[in-house]
Amino acid sequence: MGRYIVRRVLLAIPVLLGTTFVIYLAVYALPGDPIRALFGPNQVISPSVERALRERFHLDDPLIVQYGHYLAGLARGDLGTSFSGRPVSEIIRAGWPVTFQLGITAWLMEAVLAILLGTLAGVRRGKAADYTVLAGTTLAMGIPFFVVAYVAQFVFGVQLGWFPVSGADAGWPVAYLLPGLVLALGVLPQSARVTRNSVLDNLSADYVDTADAKGLPRRVVVWRHVVRNSLIPVVSLLGVSLGYMLGGTVLIEGIFNLPGLGYQIFTSIPQHDGPVVVGIGTLLVLVFLLVNLLVDLLYGILDPRIRLH
Amino acid sequence: MSDLLESLPGHDPGAPMLSVEDLQVEFATAHGTVRAVNGVSYAVGAGETLAVLGESGSGKSVTARAVMGIVRAPRGRVTAGAIRLRGVDLLTLPEETRRRLRGTTVAMIFQDALSALNPVLPVGYQIAEMFRYHRGASRREARRRAVEVLDRVRIPSAARRAGDYPHQFSGGMRQRVGIALAIALDPKVIIADEPTTALDVTVQAQIMRLLGEIQREHGTALVLITHDMGVVADIADRVAVMYAGRVVEEAGAHDIYARPAHPYTRALLGAIPRPHLRGKRLAVIPGAPPDMSRPDEGCRFRPRCELAGPGCADAPPLYDVAPGRASACHEWTKVIEG
Repeated sequence: MGRYIVRRVLLAIPVLLGTTFVIYLAVYALPGDPIRALFGPNQVISPSVERALRERFHLDDPLIVQYGHYLAGLARGDLGTSFSGRPVSEIIRAGWPVTFQLGITAWLMEAVLAILLGTLAGVRRGKAADYTVLAGTTLAMGIPFFVVAYVAQFVFGVQLGWFPVSGADAGWPVAYLLPGLVLALGVLPQSARVTRNSVLDNLSADYVDTADAKGLPRRVVVWRHVVRNSLIPVVSLLGVSLGYMLGGTVLIEGIFNLPGLGYQIFTSIPQHDGPVVVGIGTLLVLVFLLVNLLVDLLYGILDPRIRLH
Repeated sequence: MSDLLESLPGHDPGAPMLSVEDLQVEFATAHGTVRAVNGVSYAVGAGETLAVLGESGSGKSVTARAVMGIVRAPRGRVTAGAIRLRGVDLLTLPEETRRRLRGTTVAMIFQDALSALNPVLPVGYQIAEMFRYHRGASRREARRRAVEVLDRVRIPSAARRAGDYPHQFSGGMRQRVGIALAIALDPKVIIADEPTTALDVTVQAQIMRLLGEIQREHGTALVLITHDMGVVADIADRVAVMYAGRVVEEAGAHDIYARPAHPYTRALLGAIPRPHLRGKRLAVIPGAPPDMSRPDEGCRFRPRCELAGPGCADAPPLYDVAPGRASACHEWTKVIEG
């Protein structure tokens, strides 16, 4: 077990290196010039200031040299500095609590809804509840989630006034319920369907006959025996879906004005602010890798037959 | 909990512990409706062992599942007949009442304990559940009782092994856990569906001995479904032979070996390998069981029977051959005389 964890952590190093490079490359390849973007279309800056900034951020060096400078800084524990002058580490420190609360809210919503809806559909296979879940998930899959975000913001925030329209001032959980739900809806269809199919598979298993023959109440047979076994594939999917959700925070935090890490990426991309995008992007990848490691460990608890060696 | 049975309508202390009467079970399949059980009747008294004998697909397991109430709707359905415990017809009871009788009054041992046990729950937990939901025991009390039951089926260091998962047990030990589930609440009737088929021959004997002891101790009515003629001879009091969804012969175990009254039974007995026939070709029953989705109106064994005549186009009733003996063959007198 210990060796397994060490191996997985070591494996994360090349993955992280690759990710930083890909994100770096993507920011570098953005059309337009970062210094011009920084000062806006109409403002004139003196050539000496521009030269100093280009010097400081190594903007005139070839890509590979720029990346080398970045890695060298990373090795010293320096995540770099934003073009605005703020250290990236400070931006991350300020933003992570918001993203963390949003991520947890969305993830919990996804897990609870997927298991409830998937189990309901599986147990009532071919009945109205099953078709409702099927139709609902198809609909949710068909609508781009930024559309869902704007509609939800308008209907529940502006018109009904049930939730704050934007910002994190109301605190957890109120400020995070609506954006969390929108984020969860993006990944919910898939996890609810996997749950349904897994429940269906397990309902026809022999051990269900045994549980029935023991005279257990139906709810115990379903929740203790069937759902417990059905969770095994669902949990690994929940780990993967976290990746989609972390990507989704960029848009959701932008739309709902939540000052988290995704919001920083959302505002930094048009500014070509490479250090911020790369730093936060890499952090999100790191979180994703860690969560999936935890999921794999949880797998061994859920299914005693595949305890890791 | 036997109070529950006594309080139900139709209870009669003089009636057989379990009786199945004219039972019909149908399954919806892609090829139309299949009547897997077609008018099966048998009865078992307290302390008695009835062996239900027959090849795969004869309907012996489906009958057992119908008794347990685990024939799955919508594909499988009990369409006619009665299943009585001391006279109480289970088929007329509300589902909730039937549930409360399962495990407490009638219990089942399954063929393959590896698939019959829940892979992700410790075995002790799976037994303890019965005490919790039927007896209202606390978690702690239920766990203690579960260890006692594991002890009764002679699992070494039961207290420690209660926390283990099914895959951590050997085949024989696992079937002991399967038996423990069935006997936990001292049911009046136990149905064992080929409990030793998945086991090594040496382990088979131990498991059968264990079942026999438990039955004698508690006076349980035991229905033993099997296709092992040797097991039947060892422990059965009575035998019901099933073929194509019907009981074709019912008799005391001794009688059926000495003088079978149905050609199918005779053919089965002839197919047992015996030491003095070493080197000879093994006897087989020619032909195959009938297609159950297109049933024959007449005797279903007719195509494979050496005595088949024109009269066999009419389905034979169960003829009373002797007191407590019946055979569904028009020619039973010829068979019994050999």
